[in-house]
Amino acid sequence: MKTIEDLKRMREQFQAENSLRQAGGIQVIVGMGTCGIAAGAREVMTSILDEIAKRKLQNVIVRQTGCIGMCEQEVLVDVVRPGEPRITYGKVTADDVSQIIGEHVVNGRIVEKLVVGKITD
Amino acid sequence: MQHIRAHVLICAGTGCTASGAKRVEAALQEELAKKGLDKEIKIVETGCHGFCEAGPLVIVYPEGTFYVRVQEEDVPELVESHLYKGRIVERLLYKEPVTHESVPNYNDLSFYKKQQRMVLANCGHINPEVIGDYIASGGYEALAKALTGMSPTEVVAEVKKSGLRGRGGGGFPTGMKWGFTQNAVGDKKYVVCNADEGDPGAFMDRSVLEGDPHRVIEGMAICGYAIGADEGYLYVRAEYPLAIKRLRIAIDQAEEMGLLGENIFGSGFNFRLKIKEGAGAFVCGEETALLASIEGKRGMPRPRPPFPAISGLWGKPTNINNVETFANIPQIINKGSAWYASIGTEKSKGTKVFALTGRINHTGLAEVPMGISMREIIFDIGGGIIGGKKFKAVQIGGPSGGCLPEQLLDLPVDYDSLIQVGAMMGSGGLVVMDETTCMVDLAKFFLAFTQAESCGKCTPCREGTKRMLEILNRITEGNGKEGDIELLEEMSRNIKNTALCGLGQTAPNPVLSTLRYFRNEYEAHITEKRCPAGACSALTGYSITELCKGCGLCKKSCPVEAISGEIKGRHNINSEACIKCGACIAKCPFKAIIKG
Repeated sequence: MKTIEDLKRMREQFQAENSLRQAGGIQVIVGMGTCGIAAGAREVMTSILDEIAKRKLQNVIVRQTGCIGMCEQEVLVDVVRPGEPRITYGKVTADDVSQIIGEHVVNGRIVEKLVVGKITD
Repeated sequence: MQHIRAHVLICAGTGCTASGAKRVEAALQEELAKKGLDKEIKIVETGCHGFCEAGPLVIVYPEGTFYVRVQEEDVPELVESHLYKGRIVERLLYKEPVTHESVPNYNDLSFYKKQQRMVLANCGHINPEVIGDYIASGGYEALAKALTGMSPTEVVAEVKKSGLRGRGGGGFPTGMKWGFTQNAVGDKKYVVCNADEGDPGAFMDRSVLEGDPHRVIEGMAICGYAIGADEGYLYVRAEYPLAIKRLRIAIDQAEEMGLLGENIFGSGFNFRLKIKEGAGAFVCGEETALLASIEGKRGMPRPRPPFPAISGLWGKPTNINNVETFANIPQIINKGSAWYASIGTEKSKGTKVFALTGRINHTGLAEVPMGISMREIIFDIGGGIIGGKKFKAVQIGGPSGGCLPEQLLDLPVDYDSLIQVGAMMGSGGLVVMDETTCMVDLAKFFLAFTQAESCGKCTPCREGTKRMLEILNRITEGNGKEGDIELLEEMSRNIKNTALCGLGQTAPNPVLSTLRYFRNEYEAHITEKRCPAGACSALTGYSITELCKGCGLCKKSCPVEAISGEIKGRHNINSEACIKCGACIAKCPFKAIIKG
């Protein structure tokens, strides 16, 4: 490291690695209640993580949530982009993940055919 | 590359390590692997959070859930419930002592609410063994700013304007000290960091070194640039193995990245750091003794002047500051002296880290702005006295400081107001005492400490503290005489005026301050042969009240057969034979035995 610019570059790189400890960013929330797990939530979760890694996305936070009572629609996956409504996708399978990440998380285009709910704060 | 979705921060400070953090970490690793989660969840070892009383501490991100007292056997539930399913494990959350409500989030704890964490900002939040974590928090930007945009004189001026004063005890203005060394003539100069934290009950420097070592290194490098030194020493007591290990790692990483070594940031400034392990002598916290110890000599103070700024390590101009002082430097350079000077009181700027120990609910580290009251520190942050007992006094400044009684709790805490009431800031150890502490016994404890640690070079300290200790011993044993108090006062004055170094000069302080606020306790010991707190065993008698049911348990437990009585009849203690061991009190199921 020889210049301040080197240091700044390094700072950004290291900050990205720890970004999930800061608030903010796009959230992808997987329903991991008993119903969700039975419907295959774990496989969906794994493929979400793979997809994010494949696309080298930063600033995306993957979280879990419990049963919200729509067990019939599991696996449920929510996507929350800052300042936008919380979109709930239903009956998500590992095969749908690439589309949800590619369309909604990256480009902000909601995948209408999978949507089962919308929550506006 | 695998996407990491959660970070599990495990505190690996000395406190949490002692309460089992390493075992928790091993169990966590194993459990994550078993569940196939080890690739997507990262375990991060951090330094001390300061909330040592509730360790081992575990924080799970992105939620920021704060778990306390996590043990090995809790790990499977933590992994299954929180990390797999995303459900918070309620029973491991911290519960406020007053409201009994559980607090899921770190920043909502009453312990942290009144704190202003600047020096400790990174402690517990970054991995101290990874330089990238420090850089991500803005680390080494102050060094870059100083080296590429400021002259050494500007750096010194900035530190002067900030109003920062030495955090090691004396409170000497840091900028002025730097100025002396900068102006001193010499072909070689040194920067020395005093990490020989020796006061009983003080552990803030250790926690900073363990939790954020790069901050201290950066502060020292900035100092080196300001005064014209290319070499520095960290004098760390060998009893701090974890701090030493993390410092070594930090120095190696900084050298590898070119943040220490030759031509840093292309500025032509060279700076290297070495660690000197001290053998744990209290006197080596005194700057001239510390320098002698680095030179390989016996650690004994010498008279000043010449001050180290003129003739220090190996006779060269040397600037010596405490760990916390150096840790304050980067933020002063980054955010400016005006910002720093806006925090605190008129003559004491910035924050101070206090180590809370003794009879207090939240043992740990608290960083507060100067000028906050002692009451807020002890009751709001510290959570009050253990077991709901009554507060009696707090010892501040270790064996060189003094005690503050209840009526002084609202005093704003800064350097000058503490001196006025006979205590001192010291390095920031706070030992809290409740009504069961005898103040004569307390003075005896601290004097016994300084007496044992006296290096023996000057007579007032070597002989004077010994004689004073003999007097205190005889008072607590019930053999105090008329005139003992006056003799203690006279000796204290003489030692203060004639001892060679600061430690000797301040050694009588615990006696003087307890005499100032609790003189009646000394008098009760001497004239009435009574210990009001019931702590001095020689002056405490035991008796059995009418609550006695005659069960005989006390009689059986007495090791010297001093208790007599028939079953179902009230028992008696023969005070001549009683050795005051307290075994009977512990055994009595009816609380029928009293002390006093």
